[in-house]
Amino acid sequence: MTGSLWRLLLRALTSPSGRLGAIVIALLTLFVFVAPWLLPDPSAMPDLLAGALPPGAGHPFGTDQLNRDVLSRVVSGGQISLSVAGLAVLLAVTLGALVGGLAGFYGGWLDSALMRLVDGALAIPRLFLLLLLVAVWEQMPLGALVLVLGATGWFATSRIVRGEVLRLRSAEFVLAATALGAGPGRIILRHLLPNVAGPLLVAATLGVGDVILLEAGLSYLGIGVRPPTPSWGSMILDARPLLTTAPWTSIFPGLAIAITVLAVNLFGDALRGALDPRSA
Amino acid sequence: MLTFLVITVLLFILMRLTPGDPLQRLAGDRQVSAEEAAALRQRFGIDQPIATQFRAFVTGALAGDLGVSIEHYPMPVSTLLVSRLPASLLLGGTVLLLTFGFGIALGVLQAVHRGRRLDRWLTRASLTLYAMPSFWLGLVLAWYFGIRLHLLPVAQMHDPLLGADASWLVRVGDVVRHLILPAVTLTAVSIAAVMHYQRTALLEVLRLDFVLAARARGLPERQVLWRHAWRNALFPVVGLFGLWLPILVSGSVFVEQVFNWPGLGHLAADAVSARDYPVILGTAMLVSAQVLLGGVLADLAYYTLDPRVRHA
Repeated sequence: MTGSLWRLLLRALTSPSGRLGAIVIALLTLFVFVAPWLLPDPSAMPDLLAGALPPGAGHPFGTDQLNRDVLSRVVSGGQISLSVAGLAVLLAVTLGALVGGLAGFYGGWLDSALMRLVDGALAIPRLFLLLLLVAVWEQMPLGALVLVLGATGWFATSRIVRGEVLRLRSAEFVLAATALGAGPGRIILRHLLPNVAGPLLVAATLGVGDVILLEAGLSYLGIGVRPPTPSWGSMILDARPLLTTAPWTSIFPGLAIAITVLAVNLFGDALRGALDPRSA
Repeated sequence: MLTFLVITVLLFILMRLTPGDPLQRLAGDRQVSAEEAAALRQRFGIDQPIATQFRAFVTGALAGDLGVSIEHYPMPVSTLLVSRLPASLLLGGTVLLLTFGFGIALGVLQAVHRGRRLDRWLTRASLTLYAMPSFWLGLVLAWYFGIRLHLLPVAQMHDPLLGADASWLVRVGDVVRHLILPAVTLTAVSIAAVMHYQRTALLEVLRLDFVLAARARGLPERQVLWRHAWRNALFPVVGLFGLWLPILVSGSVFVEQVFNWPGLGHLAADAVSARDYPVILGTAMLVSAQVLLGGVLADLAYYTLDPRVRHA
């Protein structure tokens, strides 16, 4: 399993856009988690009266209305946005693999019930599911945000997994495992799911981009990540009144989102191409 | 139909799962006496057993009764939705035309210039736009074209200073001017999907033998492309309809919020800030129905466009 995953990753890296995406992701992650030691404290307000300073020496991205360094805030917002997206996608892919695995392996009424559920859930735009789930919290803890982003992201994945498991469950190696006395749990986890690892990786990578955009959107609506914790979306919300006087306060966090999502999608597309050369 | 029932059940469960008392939100900080609370519970039917509530919710939803707004009490949710529908349809329809018109044209252009510089740059540009948060792109466009250049209005659908005696031509022009920025923003972030589908589909068809045969007969390239190849490469784009509607709907929540456009998306965003649960639920129902309708329309289009489906 790990061998074929490695080969898939390496093949994705042979395409120029996949390489570009991977390099940008690696640099961004490194920068976001290392830079805080090199930059001024994002919550530090050196001189309240100075107000919002345009980009220049000392503050490459300028400062906001409270004279906080925008670069530092983009970096610490990135920690939140990237961690939330990573964990939520991990949860979503796990759920998708479990549900798809169960539905595909057992078939019958369980399969029908689960897949009807997925049909219905897929017809409700994910944003609206999230609005319903998030709107009830006065102060949404970060853990709960990860939970709802993950819980609304597994539907399409479970369909993919179900199809693959359905195709493989009557294969000879499954029969062999059954003959050796393996139970359903062991067959699903050890024999069937490893064969879906490639499609799962593709779904996960492309899912990260979606979740970053959704989290930014929820935070922009004021119901995602709450101040004073900065996230890229909430920074753009904070910066709205400054659009005329200090546009850099909203431009830089938005650029950070766009670059991250673009890099993730480029890499995801390359992975998909590596998995199925015909689709590229 | 079954799917819609599943949606209804899902939304009802979501609504009931939520912690917190809706009455508390209605009352705000005011102290509510026990009698008042009981009366309100009866008014909103929360004192009934859960099965009765569910039956009331489903029959109500089927009859178009989605409950009463908390924020705009006692306005029914359905009235609110209907009042916001025209603005949403205007914006959504414009974006639909722009996305599919330009998306198909650019996708064909890419397929014809496959692998060359134009193709590569169009892919890069569309993917970059696709990665941008719609609200941020809207803000940036509003800042540049509205605030810096003073070219276009950045909020609302009408100019409030326009006199009542203005001719209809002036009125239409005014709405169009207000429509430009939100429509361009939404089109920009969603056009990549149509371009990609059209490009891939056309490339697949151009490889087929009948295209070679058409060229061998000496038909002009333009005729080969549009009359023979393109018509056969249109179906995947039509199928995109169902996939694409949710993108448009979600995008419009943010874009309508940014440009203060009086549509359903803006209503939903406001309802979220006000914790107006019936309204959020109502918009979610309406939007899901639209998505299902999009799927049905796509099937119908397949049926009319493709003789093979018709005779199958």
